[in-house]
Amino acid sequence: MKVTFPHMGNLYIPLKTFFETLEVEVIVPPPCSKKTLELGCKYSPEFACLPLKITLGNFIEALNMGADTIIMAGGIGPCRFGYYAEVQREILKDLGYKFNMIVLEPPKGHLLDIMKKVFHITNKKNIKEIYSAAKLAWEKALLLDRLDKMVNSIRPVELMKGETDRVYKQAKQQISMAKTEQELTSVQQQIFKRMSKIKKAKDKVPIKIGLVGEIYTILEPFVNLNIERQLGELGVIVERGIYISEWIRDNLFPSFLNPKEHIELLNLAEPYIRCFVGGHGRESIAQIVKYSKEGFDGVIHLLPLTCMPEIVAKSAVPLVSKDHNIPVMTLVLDEHSAETGVRTRLEAFVDLIRHRKEETGNYALLPRN
Amino acid sequence: MRCYLGIDVGSVSTNFALIDEDGQMLKKLYIRTAGKPIEAITNGLKMIQENFKDNIEIMGVGTTGSGRKLAAVIVGADVVKNEITAHAAACIAEYPNVQTILEIGGQDSKIIILRNGVVVDFAMNTVCAAGTGSFLDRQAQRLGIPIEQFGDIALRSKNPTRIAGRCAVFAESDMIHKQQMGYKVEDILKGLCQALVRNYLANVAKGKEIKPPVVFQGGVAANSGIKKAFEEELGVDIIVPKYFDVMGALGAAILAKKFMSQNKYIKTKFLGFEAALREHTAESFECQGCPNLCEIIQIYEDKKLIARWGDRCGRWSESIAV
Repeated sequence: MKVTFPHMGNLYIPLKTFFETLEVEVIVPPPCSKKTLELGCKYSPEFACLPLKITLGNFIEALNMGADTIIMAGGIGPCRFGYYAEVQREILKDLGYKFNMIVLEPPKGHLLDIMKKVFHITNKKNIKEIYSAAKLAWEKALLLDRLDKMVNSIRPVELMKGETDRVYKQAKQQISMAKTEQELTSVQQQIFKRMSKIKKAKDKVPIKIGLVGEIYTILEPFVNLNIERQLGELGVIVERGIYISEWIRDNLFPSFLNPKEHIELLNLAEPYIRCFVGGHGRESIAQIVKYSKEGFDGVIHLLPLTCMPEIVAKSAVPLVSKDHNIPVMTLVLDEHSAETGVRTRLEAFVDLIRHRKEETGNYALLPRN
Repeated sequence: MRCYLGIDVGSVSTNFALIDEDGQMLKKLYIRTAGKPIEAITNGLKMIQENFKDNIEIMGVGTTGSGRKLAAVIVGADVVKNEITAHAAACIAEYPNVQTILEIGGQDSKIIILRNGVVVDFAMNTVCAAGTGSFLDRQAQRLGIPIEQFGDIALRSKNPTRIAGRCAVFAESDMIHKQQMGYKVEDILKGLCQALVRNYLANVAKGKEIKPPVVFQGGVAANSGIKKAFEEELGVDIIVPKYFDVMGALGAAILAKKFMSQNKYIKTKFLGFEAALREHTAESFECQGCPNLCEIIQIYEDKKLIARWGDRCGRWSESIAV
């Protein structure tokens, strides 16, 4: 059995670790590229959202490399994502591929079901082995998230352009390679040391922007045109509303392991969106309120074209933005997004924030460029 | 005389604005880009030099528009700014209490919301270019009307017809249909103006609070028919600034002036008017490094590579110091 799965940011690292530790052969699809997008768009319904198209492209590329088992996440709606695995299975079958697809539905109350599937894939009945593989994968997910946060706060003040990203790339490779928890601990120390050695401009005053919205567009840099890096270059510290480890916790762990903060967060959306609208629609609104309370300078709201939960959130954005006095820009992304257009909007949004700060006296100089 | 230069390289026109130390306009140029931005930029530089000979000293340069990066490399710019910031800067200089800017250019349209002299919100067209300058140009051409007379003819209409304005292609077929039905040209033009304004307000200005004073700028502001349609739809007076067609360039010049006054010890990066005499060429190739197949653009000055961009990963753009 050769297992593959869709890309979503750094998710491939913990997933690969989990299966390889259990001695399952893994074929990681090539990183998302224009080719992935073209393949996905060619065989997808045009009105489906971008995540369906890109992950379908991932599957096609992986199947061509010899994968025979696809692992895909499911869902319970109203977001259409929950149905994507079924649609993709049919599309791939029509294309003549022979494969087995395993859909991991969120385990709220179905923990046994997910365990059964894991037993099936790994062909192991030993809970202890599965537990230690899962633990290593989980530790990697946590470390990757810490690394992302670190990179996002260093990049805007780095002295040598591109240095942070070079360290980041190398760090990801090291994390991916680590075979045991001890090894991971020493990798972590090395990475933190290298990160702290990056030379930083002391006189630069970065601004802070929160990134909220649909999970896939937030986490997959290919889809959001590397928005975190672009903003970093513009001197912005970026904090994401969603990190991989949180997604794993919400979707693959039983609900009693979810922390209380999540419920507290959702309460912030109360005056605007009172019920679950699918995906992270309610979270997006709650996070805008949270970022405003935490003193962030602005929020960027990302969604793929035709994303239903985020369209609901979008309609509440102007009011939230006004009530909480925080600028919010919504960016809609799809296969037709032009990089220059997005860049112009990002630059304009950053200017807007800097001028606002200048006006309130918190910020001194107009930066070069 | 000491002055500041602003250059706005847009899809349809390349504009220049030369201002003095008090921010007064000395010279404005509106040059058709015609798909050749490098030529448009160097031509503009030559025209300014011929006009002023050695009487001016450029103290700072700002560039904006979709070709701002290219212009910055060729001319040497102190400030490279996006169109939204540049347009807002120019408008605020003339109307400090402006609250809404409607801007319709050759291929994009935007709305900028300001409060107390600060930009608080903005939006640009995303899905369709219906209603921008290029489309109006084409329709005027098709009807055999000089674009300059478009607005005045539309204003003569007493009974405008309703045109479907959601999409440029459908708007055109609807117009042809109406022509064939025997509607008067002025009624069709007025109907088109109204359709474009409706489309703009429904798409670009969606959800934005439009408060007066409202300033209308960009090339399309020359069209009195569109201005009137905006006034009727919004129920407020619309101001069209004196230099409505070069506001981006004017804003870039103002931002360059502001930047240089804040950084007194920095010398301008302006390469001099001789830059226009050098030969600039652009070349492109497809990088085969990964399946992204990025198209890399290389800019040469007298056969020497001076800039490179277009790659996602930085492999090419970072290997050259600009």
